[in-house]
Amino acid sequence: MAFNFYDFTNFTHNIHVGLNESFSPFAATTIEWLIVGTSYLLFVALFGLLLVYAERKVCAAFQQRLGPMRVGPWGLLQTIADFIKLLMKELIMPRKADKFLYNIAPFIVIIASFLAISVIPFAPGLQSLDFDIGVFYLTAVSSVGVIGILLAGWSSNNKYSLIGAMRSGAQILSYELSVSLSLLTMVVFAGSMQFSTIVEGQRDAWFIFSGHIPAIIAFIVFVVAGTAETNRGPFDLAEAESELTAGFHTEYSGIKFAFFFLAEYINLFIISGVATTVFLGGWMPLHFGNFESFNHVMDFIPPVVWFFMKVFGVIFIIMWFKWTFPRLRVDQILTLEWKYLLPINLANILLMALVVLTKFHF
Amino acid sequence: MSEIREVIINTDRLRTDEYLVNMGPQHPSTHGVLRMLVRLEGEKVLNIQPHVGYIHSGIEKMCEALTYPQIIHLTDRMDYLSAHMNNEAVALCVENALQVEVPDRVKYIRTIMDELSRLASHQLWWCVLGMDMGALTTFFYGLRDREMILDIFEETCGARLTVNYNTPGGLMFDIHPNFQKRVKDFIKYFRTKLPEYDQLLSGNVIFRERTGGIGHLSLSDAIDYGVTGPSGRASGFSCDVRKHQPYSAYPLVKFNEIIDLRCDTLARYEVRIKEMYESLSILEQLIDNIPEGEYAVKMRGVLKLPEGEFYQRVETARGEFGVFIISDGKKNPYRLKFRSPGFSNLFALNSMVKGHKIADLVAIMSTLDLVIPDIDR
Amino acid sequence: MKSFIEYIISIFKGLWTLLIGMKVTGKYFFTPWKNVTQQYPENRNKLVMFERFRGEVIMTHNAGNEHKCTGCGICEINCPNGSIEIISKSALTQEGKKKRIIDQHIYHLGMCTFCNLCVKACPTGAIVMGQNFEHAVWDRTQLIRVLNKPGSKISEGVKE
Repeated sequence: MAFNFYDFTNFTHNIHVGLNESFSPFAATTIEWLIVGTSYLLFVALFGLLLVYAERKVCAAFQQRLGPMRVGPWGLLQTIADFIKLLMKELIMPRKADKFLYNIAPFIVIIASFLAISVIPFAPGLQSLDFDIGVFYLTAVSSVGVIGILLAGWSSNNKYSLIGAMRSGAQILSYELSVSLSLLTMVVFAGSMQFSTIVEGQRDAWFIFSGHIPAIIAFIVFVVAGTAETNRGPFDLAEAESELTAGFHTEYSGIKFAFFFLAEYINLFIISGVATTVFLGGWMPLHFGNFESFNHVMDFIPPVVWFFMKVFGVIFIIMWFKWTFPRLRVDQILTLEWKYLLPINLANILLMALVVLTKFHF
Repeated sequence: MSEIREVIINTDRLRTDEYLVNMGPQHPSTHGVLRMLVRLEGEKVLNIQPHVGYIHSGIEKMCEALTYPQIIHLTDRMDYLSAHMNNEAVALCVENALQVEVPDRVKYIRTIMDELSRLASHQLWWCVLGMDMGALTTFFYGLRDREMILDIFEETCGARLTVNYNTPGGLMFDIHPNFQKRVKDFIKYFRTKLPEYDQLLSGNVIFRERTGGIGHLSLSDAIDYGVTGPSGRASGFSCDVRKHQPYSAYPLVKFNEIIDLRCDTLARYEVRIKEMYESLSILEQLIDNIPEGEYAVKMRGVLKLPEGEFYQRVETARGEFGVFIISDGKKNPYRLKFRSPGFSNLFALNSMVKGHKIADLVAIMSTLDLVIPDIDR
Repeated sequence: MKSFIEYIISIFKGLWTLLIGMKVTGKYFFTPWKNVTQQYPENRNKLVMFERFRGEVIMTHNAGNEHKCTGCGICEINCPNGSIEIISKSALTQEGKKKRIIDQHIYHLGMCTFCNLCVKACPTGAIVMGQNFEHAVWDRTQLIRVLNKPGSKISEGVKE
């Protein structure tokens, strides 16, 4: 099996053929599921740890200081130390809490993240689910996370957690709309909902360049709505509510709290992943139409590296938001969505439809 | 564990639409140990009852057993952010009682240290305000700039916060030879940083939405409650002691008293930012012209004030701070009373917050700039 | 129509202020060599405190283990909260007169407020403020220090 770093289709095809030769089709499929599931679990775990460390270092750089430096060289083992600490903590459950819902809430949030991460194309051939309604599936599945948050607030038997969960639920539901509409704008431009088609269509130029004004507006709206979706940045009223409570995960400790914490960072990765796939070309290198030599130079870097570079770029912008702006009040969050982002989105879709019809794009 | 008994409640008398929440003594946004009972209806605040006294140390009673130079070292632990101004209040009170005239050099240095303290206090206020509102980087930017002032204090006075540099009759020792250069460097550096404060926080549309029109304190309320300092001046109350009853070198400098008529949180914020600019200009006027002379007048070893009552007020970063000494001729005062600005400012909070939401409560309390040891003494 | 134009203008103005705020933090992110923090326990060798910094009260001894404290007790009177206890004793001078010398100058570091009044009041300049600030101990009795070193005596020529 040749390992081509530029195109994984041969690699995955060879594994598939090899398994089918050795085992029965049922066993082969089951083993494939196990391989994919485990690799996603490993990826999520590692990436979660890396993102937490990166956030602390980036935050420190904005604040003119150094960040974690003592645990391991340059503080690299800091997140592992934090994780071990969280594992060792006692799991306290409030007495009158609804046991079943209380235990299941963190898992629902993580499952929603897993479902969403499975459609993102990392490289040609490295995409586990390729529906022809990919975008639609993604928006549907990312709404499942709200259930987890509401359950966490409700089952804690704590009226302040309930208030925090209600606020968070209202916020996420509203911003789902903006996220979906801005993705829809790009679906109008690309002509298909399938992620691999969307990425292939950006071979000549990324959508944010070829779709000029409507695409840029959609990108800005998507990034803003995405940070609100993940309860991050200036929209973190639910969890940084140090004024009165600690939000919906007040009563969680130990590994369950680690799930919520990890889910937030994985959601951040998902939003960035979707933004790069739909707006910035996914794993496509930067091509400019007809400049053959330039394109050839850009092709030298493997697509996997392109993908992660772009994802880290968008993650950096989202982190920049968090560490610069003060928090919005809850009525201001909802005002922003319903009175500003939604009309802009609707007007933008119209504009994009006009642009596509008149072929006024690159 | 004691058994829990069920109590049958007459539900007719239960008020289920309001609930009482305790923002306890330990809280990240109350700037110290302050307990507040907040009565809420849903999200709206109906009433606030502050409970003070969690850090009461009996400073006024302790002062009845100390001599006057010893009292000065205790005053800079009350409002620790304007330590120098508290020290100066007691020193001036004693000097006026004993009819001692300090040399000009002392007056200039005292005023320069005052303005540096005021700048340091406003810097800390700004950075904590940003942090309360959620912009966590402002905390570090404010502290980074404040470090330069604290280095100046440390080089000349020996301590960063509890400076204890004043004594009745002058200063403890002369200024360090590096003092003038450091202050001039700081002025130049800080003038480039103040516009950044505006760009990061004041100009930000999110911040303006959260503070504009919130926490209205009318002029008559400000006068009734005795709200002085920048909080009072933002309601149009002209109360700057440096203008009305100048002391030390204030008669010799030109500066504006910043008054704003909008009475809301954003006005209180902007008054303090403009005061920082005024402090910088006062420093520029004074730093090059420090006259030569002695750094203290020779006083007796044991100071005994004549019998009577003496009062002295100064303008700290929070408002008007007053020292009232009743002396019966001995070396300890008979009774010492401090009029602290925080005490009056805090109890105006109730009228400012009615009808607003919980998130606004934090914003309003931050702009009042409370230091709880100042309130509790 | 006018309110619609104001609405559009307010969106752009708001966005512009947000971008200016991001520019300020971004400027500090991209210049990490201007970081202002120091890594404290690792930089102890290079740490220099200011000479007037009030870290603790120490009694200066010269090379011959001599100090300048006469045991007058003025520092004890001036201390606001009794952090200094002077225990003096009598000794005979060469002429046979009784003189007071210092036996133990006890300093309660745990109670000291570092107000500098004792240093200022000392008539001979025997005690000064040292720059050491690392006073954390495991056992509270280690905070009660005796400032005059064992075996030291007052140097010649120190006037009362």
